[in-house]
Amino acid sequence: MALKKTRVAIIGSGNIGADLMYKIRRSHLLELTWMVGIIPDSDGLRKARELGYKTTHRGIEELLEHDDDFTIAFDATTARAHYRHAPLLQEASKIAIDLTPAAVGPYVVPVVNASEHIDKANVNLTTCGGQATTPVVAAIGRVAPVDYAEIVSTVSSRSAGPGTRQNIDEFTETTARGLVELGGAQKGKAIIILNPAEPPIIMRNTVYAKIGKDADQESIKRSIEDMVKAVQEYVPGYRLKAPPIFDDGRVTVLLEVEGAGDYLPRYAGNLDIMTSAAVRVAEEFARRFPQLRDKRKPGDQAGGAER
Amino acid sequence: MSKRRISITDTTLRDGDHAMAHQFTVDHIRRIARGLDEAGVPVIEVSHGDGLSGSSIQYGFSLEPEERYIEAAAEAIERGRLAILLLPGIGTREDLKRAAELGAKIARIATHCTEADISEQHIKAAKDLGLDVHTFLMMAHMVEPEKLAEQAKLMESYGADCIYVVDSAGAMITSQARERVRALREALADSVEVGFHAHNNLCLSVANSVAAIEEGATRIDGSTCGLGAGAGNTPTEALVAVLDKMEIKTGVDLFKLMDVAEEVVLPIMKHIPRIDRASLTIGYAGVYSTFLFHAFRAAEKFKVDPRDILVELGRRKAVGGQEDMIIDVAIELAQRRSQEVAAVPPGGCASN
Repeated sequence: MALKKTRVAIIGSGNIGADLMYKIRRSHLLELTWMVGIIPDSDGLRKARELGYKTTHRGIEELLEHDDDFTIAFDATTARAHYRHAPLLQEASKIAIDLTPAAVGPYVVPVVNASEHIDKANVNLTTCGGQATTPVVAAIGRVAPVDYAEIVSTVSSRSAGPGTRQNIDEFTETTARGLVELGGAQKGKAIIILNPAEPPIIMRNTVYAKIGKDADQESIKRSIEDMVKAVQEYVPGYRLKAPPIFDDGRVTVLLEVEGAGDYLPRYAGNLDIMTSAAVRVAEEFARRFPQLRDKRKPGDQAGGAER
Repeated sequence: MSKRRISITDTTLRDGDHAMAHQFTVDHIRRIARGLDEAGVPVIEVSHGDGLSGSSIQYGFSLEPEERYIEAAAEAIERGRLAILLLPGIGTREDLKRAAELGAKIARIATHCTEADISEQHIKAAKDLGLDVHTFLMMAHMVEPEKLAEQAKLMESYGADCIYVVDSAGAMITSQARERVRALREALADSVEVGFHAHNNLCLSVANSVAAIEEGATRIDGSTCGLGAGAGNTPTEALVAVLDKMEIKTGVDLFKLMDVAEEVVLPIMKHIPRIDRASLTIGYAGVYSTFLFHAFRAAEKFKVDPRDILVELGRRKAVGGQEDMIIDVAIELAQRRSQEVAAVPPGGCASN
């Protein structure tokens, strides 16, 4: 007999919200009930209606009237909107998985630290560059101390929405912080580049890490390869472009992230890795807390307590 | 045309940083900035070649912390104004704030020619700091003049005081430079200046700068001894000489400037930018001039021809800042070649 699924809602019917919808459909642990937007004729809401989900264009307030329909909410709106949504969701004892730059809760990257935060009521998915590169920095760090990690994320111009464009400093600052706080590097630096080439380029990332000249190259290489496999479990298009390059006391790792092509095109690996990670984190919540699966509130174990 | 006034920005201490492999000393900065200032150069730019916070593995580490460079220049400059460069995605508003505190008066904010909207928060932040804002539309040869003008309008709407057509690849022939400057001049309000920044990869830097002026550009970049990425920038001293003969005022003392170029800059140059087969390939293929040294290094490491790397980067439409893609391309070229070698059967070509 199949397990009862955990019911979830998506707030935000833009590109990210719509892509989340298709990914949640494939989940064995999550059941989507609501798609919440603010524009009645948005493509995301229309597709959600066609697929038989409940929809509203009246924002979070209407969703909150249907308390029994969800225990986890994905917020795919904007930082500003999430600042408003976060306390409302907390008051309703819902778990918030935040895909905006608001970062009300701690940063999570599934293969790096998600298990540490599966007791928080609100978690943040950091940035696409952070999702793509932090695992590699952590993989190097578990074998050799990383004095300095630097990452360069290049995304196609088409896949960078207005949110990213108007807040590009948030990308560089948040991603750099994640390399230190999550990846374990002593110092971090992040660079983002938008490339307008047509056809659009697939998201690519370069990770540079200073590891010292005596570091064990074979172990580092194996650790990176293991980590790439772990990420591939939820982002199949995540791959090394070439074996790690060792040079002058540092290692260079070239990564490519191709999306699954659900709602967003395949080149938009930067968006795909965010939605894939969000679903993965929600699944961890669902797996860890069976009580999320019935109509009871998350309760003391999972909900409420923000640390 | 005569009796017009053109304002020169010298970028020896910023674009020249590429040609110096980021190894300027604080003393170099101080002496060159003082010399330029005494020669009457009104705007002197000082930054890592890739802008504030550009010091990195990706682009190369600076010899000294950037604060010390900016501080030294601010102390040396008495008549002119100190400019810094910032590329959104690399530097942040925090960097701008620090530079302003250290004495920068002009923020130059640069984006790829199609991505002007990532500069909004930085342009506004710079204006709030009381800085003049000159913006760059880099790799401007890659888009049509109309599209470039649309992007310039965005920067104008964020508050830019001057918008530059930047030929980062030194790839424009003169008619292309002319059309782009004209498109901006026609699209922008009279209160917004148009600038032109050249690279000499096709040996057209001075000619294109003059054409830009004829189309209404009022700010032109140069670099003493042409010290800059690729085959270098427009040599400031040659530009000033030409403008002087055209009876265009720059306020720069030509002979003093020549002396700075020859006596202060030339002796410390590690690399004399010139039109050789690599930099000419950059201009010809339309590739970011800064890729030059990076392509040499990757070519040596992976045993491929730097020109093949540069041409392939042009084909893939790499944009400024994508130095890491040079490694990708070099690896792929090396792999392709080893496959070709492996595909030849034993005894191969000769016996057939």
